[in-house]
Amino acid sequence: MIDRGALLDFVGLYLIPGIVTGCIYALGAIGVSLLFGILRFAHFAHGDLMTFGGYLALSVVWWLGWPAVAAIPLAAAGTALLAVGLDRAFYRPFRRRPTIVTVIASFGVMLMIRSAVQLVWGVEPLQYRPGIEPPLILFDALRIQTRHIWIVGVTAGLVLALHLMLTQSRIGRAMRAVSDEPDLARVTGISTERVILVTWLIGGALAAVAGVFLGMDSKLDSYMGWDQLLPVFAAAILGGIGQPMGAAAGGLVLGVVQELSTYNWIGEDPLVSPDYKLGLAFAIMVALLIWRPTGLLRGRQL
Amino acid sequence: MDAGTLLYLISLATMIGLYAILALGLNLQWGFAGLFNAGIAGFFAVGAYTTSILTTPPSADHLGGYSLPIPLGILSGVLLSALLGYAVARICLRLKSDYLAIATIGIAEMLRMMLRNEVWMTNGSRGIADIPRPFEGLAQPWGELSFLALVAAVVILLYAAIERAWRSPWGRTLRAIRENDEAAEAAGKDVIACRAQVFTLGSAVMGLAGGLMAHYFKFIGPDATEPILTTFIAWVMLIAGGSGNNRGAVLGAAVIWTIWSTTELLTQRLPADWQTRSSYIRVFLIGLLLQIVLQRFSRGLLPERPPRPKTWESPSKEP
Repeated sequence: MIDRGALLDFVGLYLIPGIVTGCIYALGAIGVSLLFGILRFAHFAHGDLMTFGGYLALSVVWWLGWPAVAAIPLAAAGTALLAVGLDRAFYRPFRRRPTIVTVIASFGVMLMIRSAVQLVWGVEPLQYRPGIEPPLILFDALRIQTRHIWIVGVTAGLVLALHLMLTQSRIGRAMRAVSDEPDLARVTGISTERVILVTWLIGGALAAVAGVFLGMDSKLDSYMGWDQLLPVFAAAILGGIGQPMGAAAGGLVLGVVQELSTYNWIGEDPLVSPDYKLGLAFAIMVALLIWRPTGLLRGRQL
Repeated sequence: MDAGTLLYLISLATMIGLYAILALGLNLQWGFAGLFNAGIAGFFAVGAYTTSILTTPPSADHLGGYSLPIPLGILSGVLLSALLGYAVARICLRLKSDYLAIATIGIAEMLRMMLRNEVWMTNGSRGIADIPRPFEGLAQPWGELSFLALVAAVVILLYAAIERAWRSPWGRTLRAIRENDEAAEAAGKDVIACRAQVFTLGSAVMGLAGGLMAHYFKFIGPDATEPILTTFIAWVMLIAGGSGNNRGAVLGAAVIWTIWSTTELLTQRLPADWQTRSSYIRVFLIGLLLQIVLQRFSRGLLPERPPRPKTWESPSKEP
């Protein structure tokens, strides 16, 4: 017999936070996966792009007094431009070199973004809006935070829009062509640089949205994006490299599994200590690298 | 020269030596074989924590200590670090190089998480204190000088050994694999085995650097394994010095650590508010320095010079 209160606790304290975390991973993983597919390198600075987006939204909140959700478009636009600028300055010079050189460059960019964030916004954790908001109560029983509804709703909308763009629009099809067959795409007259530009715009914008959500869900911290890097890579690998929709699914699965793993499935204690829930992403990733490096959805091997 | 300056110079030279060991280890992996290790901090931490737990006097704060002799502690750290490197190599080397980067960064972060949370073993964020330092019974500055001599001896021995490996058929095979693994495989070389060997060796050297560093500071905490101070700075040292050149690795360690340490001295004179800010500016500038070196001077201060087979030397050069 399942106790009603226990079920509501399970949904409210484990399942919903899992979906929310999964949405954040998904937004990061889509960018990483697209960049993997088109530029063929692991973008180590992606987590710190998230951090930057989150803090940019904080400045908008401060200047204009808007709520964090309303600041998303500006933060996304700013981060997308930063991503393109970073590509021009630090990644494009290495297009014809082995991709690992670009990985090293992104390693440096990662530190540059983070130290710039720490210089401008400081290292003390910050919040968009101080205080606690009362949760909405659905069906007289299920308590749910308004911000969680926003996070899940906006993520779903963005993933759907991206899916339509990749399958229906001209540039979206060009992106998939460059990802699948770069040489064939080039001879058919697709401008690779244009595809790369759009990829950075999308990757940067989605990273910023993820960063704002991270800040909304807890606090803004200069290391928050770095902490997402591992699960985001794991999600991208889980979904199959170069498969953005797979990455989104991978992110969602990872987020839910991670939160559910801390539930007391056996006995009284959490199955996995909350201190180690980030480690679960890593464990899943290692298992995938050993048995299914192409990901669950049969993407390309990197 | 007053005593303070002398002690500073000795500590500067000691740190350069310790980082030179780290850079030499990275040169084995990246310079020799083109293997990207983004988790140097992890291997460093294994070396440092192993010897700390083994050599400290018994303590209620952490596992052990077991009061074992220092050389035994460092050796154990080196072996464990090598074992970790071998495990990573076995899993990742079949895959494209980016996977190795992701997996190594993952290992390093997992270890950091463990060092923070497994308080019974590591005393968590408070770290392990009372680590013995060799020669600490001697009077100032002789104790410090003796430790410096020890580090210098390790650097020289390692340099000689790695330089010899570089010129050996094994080193030649590794360079061949780095340049074109398919051709090397076609020539009958066991690519995966060679890569695993060099990755394991490099990890062992990183563990050695970690162990020596723990004994030098007499304290180790999870912050010492912060990626900026180990992984990243070792990369900047190797690339600025010249990857693939062992002298370059040592020179890079000397140049970059001198810049890092002297700018810290300068910023200590600033008011407190500017001091914290300037530390971010320093990290930013080191990141920018890496970009400039990568784009403009990608061969480093001392570029790689593969040894030439004797038969290539023209007879006219002979006396």
